[in-house]
Amino acid sequence: MTQQGRGGPVVLEARAITKRFPGVVANDNVSLRLHQGEILALLGENGAGKSTLMNILYGLYQQDEGAIFVKGKPLRASSPHESIQRGIGMVHQHFQLVPVMSVAENVTLGNEVTRGPGWLDRRRAGEQIRALSRQYGLEVDPDALIADLDVGAQQRVEIIKALYRNADILILDEPTAVLTPQEADDLMQMMRALTRQGKSIIFITHKLREVLAVADRIMVLRAGRVVGETTPAEATEASLAAMMVGRSVMLQVERGEMHPGAVVLEVTNLHVRDDRQLLAVRGVDLQVRAGEILGIAGVQGNGQTELVQALTGLRAPESGSVRIAGHDVTGAAPRQISELGVAHIPEDRQRDGLVSSYPLTDNAVLELYYLPPFARGLVRDDAAVRDHAERLVQEFDVRTPAVTVPASSLSGGNQQKLIVAREFTRELRLLIAAQPTRGIDVGSIEFIHNQIVKKRDEGVAVLLVSAELDEILSLSDRIAVIYHGAIVATVNNGDLSREQLGLLMAGASLDETPAVSPTLARS
Amino acid sequence: MAQAVEGPAPSPGPAGFREYYARYAPYLVPVFAVFTALVVGALMIGLTGGDWLAAYIGLWEGSFGTPVAIANTVVRATPFIIAGLAVAVAFKSGLFNIGAEGQLYAGSVCVVLVGTLLQLPPVFHIPVGIIAGAIGGAAWASIAGFLKARTGAHEVINTIMLNYIAIRLTDWLIKSKTPYLLGDPADPSSARTMYIAETMRLPGFRVSDTIVLHLGILIAFGLVFLVAWLLNRTTIGFELRTVGSNPSAARYAGMSVPRTIVLAMACAGALAGIGGAGEVMGVRYALSTDFFSGLGFDAIAVALLARANPIGIIFSGLLWGGLLTGARLMQVRAGLSIDVIKIVQALIIMFVAADQIVRFIYRIPQRSSAEETMISRGWGGG
Repeated sequence: MTQQGRGGPVVLEARAITKRFPGVVANDNVSLRLHQGEILALLGENGAGKSTLMNILYGLYQQDEGAIFVKGKPLRASSPHESIQRGIGMVHQHFQLVPVMSVAENVTLGNEVTRGPGWLDRRRAGEQIRALSRQYGLEVDPDALIADLDVGAQQRVEIIKALYRNADILILDEPTAVLTPQEADDLMQMMRALTRQGKSIIFITHKLREVLAVADRIMVLRAGRVVGETTPAEATEASLAAMMVGRSVMLQVERGEMHPGAVVLEVTNLHVRDDRQLLAVRGVDLQVRAGEILGIAGVQGNGQTELVQALTGLRAPESGSVRIAGHDVTGAAPRQISELGVAHIPEDRQRDGLVSSYPLTDNAVLELYYLPPFARGLVRDDAAVRDHAERLVQEFDVRTPAVTVPASSLSGGNQQKLIVAREFTRELRLLIAAQPTRGIDVGSIEFIHNQIVKKRDEGVAVLLVSAELDEILSLSDRIAVIYHGAIVATVNNGDLSREQLGLLMAGASLDETPAVSPTLARS
Repeated sequence: MAQAVEGPAPSPGPAGFREYYARYAPYLVPVFAVFTALVVGALMIGLTGGDWLAAYIGLWEGSFGTPVAIANTVVRATPFIIAGLAVAVAFKSGLFNIGAEGQLYAGSVCVVLVGTLLQLPPVFHIPVGIIAGAIGGAAWASIAGFLKARTGAHEVINTIMLNYIAIRLTDWLIKSKTPYLLGDPADPSSARTMYIAETMRLPGFRVSDTIVLHLGILIAFGLVFLVAWLLNRTTIGFELRTVGSNPSAARYAGMSVPRTIVLAMACAGALAGIGGAGEVMGVRYALSTDFFSGLGFDAIAVALLARANPIGIIFSGLLWGGLLTGARLMQVRAGLSIDVIKIVQALIIMFVAADQIVRFIYRIPQRSSAEETMISRGWGGG
């Protein structure tokens, strides 16, 4: 690539990086160049090798072949320490902050400002952070406790932490995954501000819209190789998706007219407490009819998890009622609810949805193991279980060498397809899908979306909970917005714009001006 | 997939032996651990001026060298195998059962009760004795299971405490003279209970003056296969293993985690109780104070060494019995203290627990996540 970014000199170059793990080539002859003042988007599905490449640049892994140059000089990078010294800063997807400490303490952790031997100089640390915050437009209060900050602010702290260590190359790993649409816009503006002042950014993501809005250049990885480089001017969402997956992808789900039937799920004034005994769900009322998809839009952590747990019997509600197909199931056990024909795609598939050490066969009957034909009395029928697993794997295109391998050996997308297969092949009345496509590849997302719509067309009531507004918009017939444990609006899909929904998700009311953000003018 | 990507780079080299080694060696970690422990033990004997070769020859002959030695080893191994199963069943269910010792006592007290109070023909008396042991052990272990299920109290702490209570209660039951409870008025030292009825003693072959090869080993084999079948072929076993591997997924799948925990502890206790019954009914025909002297703790070692695999427990149990029986002859041949065997046993456990060392010495690849759940879950479960 000879094209200059908007900055000038190349600040970071990786030449022909190859990294092998047992059975996988995670990076195969990957080269990249980052120019000063440039935002390079690194796009790829889960498992495409983005994280491996970044971990090599950051010194967490050592490449098998190839070389890395920072500002023209080779980087041995056997430890993050050297990478930090050379000006590479990384903001991880999961923040590395100590919640009970202040912003200033977190930022200076490991590089404490001292006065004399061992005396912390809190005031001077605070001043330095305020100066950084002003310079780059990253608004934070150095004295605030991390635990009191919202996710967007915590992310700003992470960025300041990197800047405080004099990073001028920032690697942002899926930074928008936990943000509201508005917060994501703010972040992208901050990224612009940083590059204007000479910082260079590598932006890892799988969200096509953001890439097109903010990147200067886009590099696409697939199966460990660079499959293409482009710019937002030349690319479209469809062309990027095709590059990521290696074939053309339907981004829009085909969704016909709905034919709603009787009310299947009826939730009345539901209150649920979370693990800390705080009210996480405060008076939710919902109705889902047969043959419709109700999408619950909301930023993570607004009570969706507890709501779904209460509906599926995993958490006892504080008050209110849940009725499914006419039965009162408030506080009922998971099995009672599941036997009414309720399927649940759990939001955390590793924790709840699968036993990762079990083979696919056992995972395929995780809930039905005690029923014929999978068991006769106490004795399990391995042949029947195996047949069932083989059928699921085939019908739902789960890519696996055999049904006897442990579930942990599958990719995230295939694990999720296995769960979907298991849940969708039961007698279904109500489907509760929580974050059904989180962290999985575009191809699997397309497949799972189509399956959800198919169930809806067969007359199943679907409650879809997702933090991805795009997913809610493309699947739902009706949308309920959840904020701080309460449903703040329930509308037909199409009644409100993306931006209006985003405002509701952020807790604003629609009377305030629903301004369309300038950075997100869609291509 | 993260799982595949996190591992270390494969060592370069031709396929063939290396590949087979990499695939099967992880299953042999316990064997390597035993071997390494014996080598280190030999070094220690040598360094302290002993004759390690004579010692090990004595150890072998004393444990497996003659038919009588083998019979002795089998008799010693029987309770290790059964109590090892008690620990293994709990392990598979994500519980660390430190309480086999207490469960042995609880079961044995019940065995002595039905052995001294009831009069039945052997056809009934023997099964009744075994069932009594199972019930006593199960009831005792269920206390810890119930506390865990209801309040989340960690089973490690509770089973340890229940051990103390069971041991002291048994002491009191035996030693009390006003009135005599289980103690035998005919025994001046009041260190044992009354003898159980002839009709409840396990039949066996007398192989020497002191050794009777009793029915217990057949019971142990039967239990091994019963436990293997229960764990791997039944819905109950599926529930136990699921709760053990991933309690969240078990809840999601509609299993009752508290009920399964109580059930797992009850099964474990029943097994330990049967182990106690075998000792009372097959070896000494009475229960004495300090009867098991740590057998329940050795059972943890036996289960660990077998990685909680029921079939493996046959071998680790025999090894444990063999080390104890062989120690006598080793002492005679090499003039060493019997306690050397304790050192070797301790080394074996160290190398099994710290299997990283063994893996490093023999270049065995990292454990898979499936293996990992067993030991870590027991502690993390609280």
